[in-house]
Amino acid sequence: MSGQLAALSRLRTRPWIWSFLGAALVWALAVILAGGHGAWSVITTAIAFSAFTVLVGLGQMFVITLGPGNIDLSLPANIGLASAVAMKVMDGSDGRIALGLLAAVAAGLVIGIVNYLLIRLLRIPPLIATLSSSFVIRSVGISYGRGLQIKPPLAFADLVVARLGGISVLAVLVLLLSILAGVVLARTVYGRSVLAVGQNIRAARLAGLSVRRVRFLTYALCGALGGLCGALLAGFTGGSSLDVGAEYLLTSIAVVVIGGTSVAGGMANVPGLWGAALMLFMIATLLNSSGLGIGVRDLMTGLIIIAVITLAGGRRSLR
Amino acid sequence: MSGPAALAAEVRSPRPPRQFNARRLFRTALPALSLIIVLLAIRDFNPRAISYFGFNLMLNLAVPVALATVAQLCIITVSDLDLSIGNYVGFIACVTTTWLPTRPWLGAAVILGSIVVYGALGALVQLRQLPSIVVTLGMSFVWLGLALLIRPQPGGTAPSWLAGFMGVHVPFVPFPIVAAVVLAIVMHIVLMKTAFGAVLRGAGGNPAAVARSGWSLLRVKTTAYAMAGVLGSLSGLALVGVSSSAEANMADGYTLLSIAGAILGGAEFVGGRISPVGAVIGALTLQLAAVALNFFQLPELLPGFRIPPEWQVGAQGLILILILAVRALINRGEA
Repeated sequence: MSGQLAALSRLRTRPWIWSFLGAALVWALAVILAGGHGAWSVITTAIAFSAFTVLVGLGQMFVITLGPGNIDLSLPANIGLASAVAMKVMDGSDGRIALGLLAAVAAGLVIGIVNYLLIRLLRIPPLIATLSSSFVIRSVGISYGRGLQIKPPLAFADLVVARLGGISVLAVLVLLLSILAGVVLARTVYGRSVLAVGQNIRAARLAGLSVRRVRFLTYALCGALGGLCGALLAGFTGGSSLDVGAEYLLTSIAVVVIGGTSVAGGMANVPGLWGAALMLFMIATLLNSSGLGIGVRDLMTGLIIIAVITLAGGRRSLR
Repeated sequence: MSGPAALAAEVRSPRPPRQFNARRLFRTALPALSLIIVLLAIRDFNPRAISYFGFNLMLNLAVPVALATVAQLCIITVSDLDLSIGNYVGFIACVTTTWLPTRPWLGAAVILGSIVVYGALGALVQLRQLPSIVVTLGMSFVWLGLALLIRPQPGGTAPSWLAGFMGVHVPFVPFPIVAAVVLAIVMHIVLMKTAFGAVLRGAGGNPAAVARSGWSLLRVKTTAYAMAGVLGSLSGLALVGVSSSAEANMADGYTLLSIAGAILGGAEFVGGRISPVGAVIGALTLQLAAVALNFFQLPELLPGFRIPPEWQVGAQGLILILILAVRALINRGEA
């Protein structure tokens, strides 16, 4: 009895379990619908695709954890531009892969820094700052990537889709990165500061934390992760595209919310990102295989987000 | 002046004589000034654009954009934000082209039902104290999904009365300008001059104070969201009237554009400080800035440097940043 109670209270303190339960449930449904076929391949595909979602989700999670009003709307434009930068710098040559990755991350980093400067200098809410910068970045991306048809270097394309025993190598790398992010949040001064600022910005300031520095680093980090994701997506999809990041605006926020991170800030949840990303992919798979089409899929995704936030309820936040 | 203070100032009567304040005047005139500057730039590029026909052409899409912007403004008034308005407009457009011409009652019922859903969202946000961003984010998926179910392929037809209404020829003044002026005046009266408008803005500024003076916040939020639903529906109808066919994601860009327009027009993000007239002007400015780059061959700014047409979104972003920078300067001097 007490064991059950302990398990229950653990569930309450670890909201990410729900997203994994949801993912497992949808997975089971999908497998049953497919007559028991492809149970394993659905999992491995979901893991491979989730790597990208988690990568941007991590950045968005750090930003949202900063507290009410903090959000990065420039991620899609950032991803689109970074994918073009990566392909141009790599120029299809295996020897320039590292350089291309570095350039894409640098592009994202610059975008993140510009976002912070807009917030800081114009004293505008992050939402408006990242919104305006995304307009500009999009245009830079269009004129920079116009007619760009450079294929990713072979070795890069191979690396991005490589699998070891069925598990995507890239996903393992992103998993390591998520663990690192979790450690940073829980164990480093920077991570602790992010949480502190999110919980109570005034208290954090009075405690002597440099709120400016924490925000600067967080927006820069989010931008850099977006840039990295852009480069990897270009490799994954066989070339750069401006629209490659389009779906990540809503998805990046969705995985953060579904994953149990507090939208009021101050409480991040790394494992939940994976659970939520897997669940969203499983839902897509389930609805695709049931032949209901993309409309029902979007409808379900939306209803799930609303259901999750309604059940999680909570303090007034973000807005 | 913050929301509750504004409320108090309006309730008090007679009004205290307002001191002349150059900064405030400049800040209020900023949206109009930016519109004038964009117009002057267009005249510089192509004088023939400043004509009856030119405006009809350039501001064709401004009516649905302006309607979406004031819809967003209703939500911003109560210090929330709507990330679903673009998809909602697309959904209404799909409903309009699919059902209104052949089964008008069904189409009208669906649109009315959607407005009720919008109001219910406001109630949900208030009752459960949810972040509006996340709820409307979810709704954006819902509207898009429904739109795709109704209309998987682009197409459909506009009801003839709708196309006729949007294409109406008003003598001397182009129809989009008439529509924008009417919209601005109506919204100004509703939000700035009526008692309930003051309550709405008060709820954005200091909800606790409004609740304590006996107003139901639930009713306030529901009304604000339902108003956004009505205006969003009108935006969808206007969009169909202009483009005469529909596609599920035809108005995706409206979400960000409507926020940008409202902010450009002088709305503060929280605190119920808004400007309906400014929002309409903001929407027109953004629309003209985009169109100017699209329609006209621009001269070389520097030798060998032309603004390419793909910069239309970028121009909107730059204008937004520029206006916000000027406003930050004004506010800094004031503080």
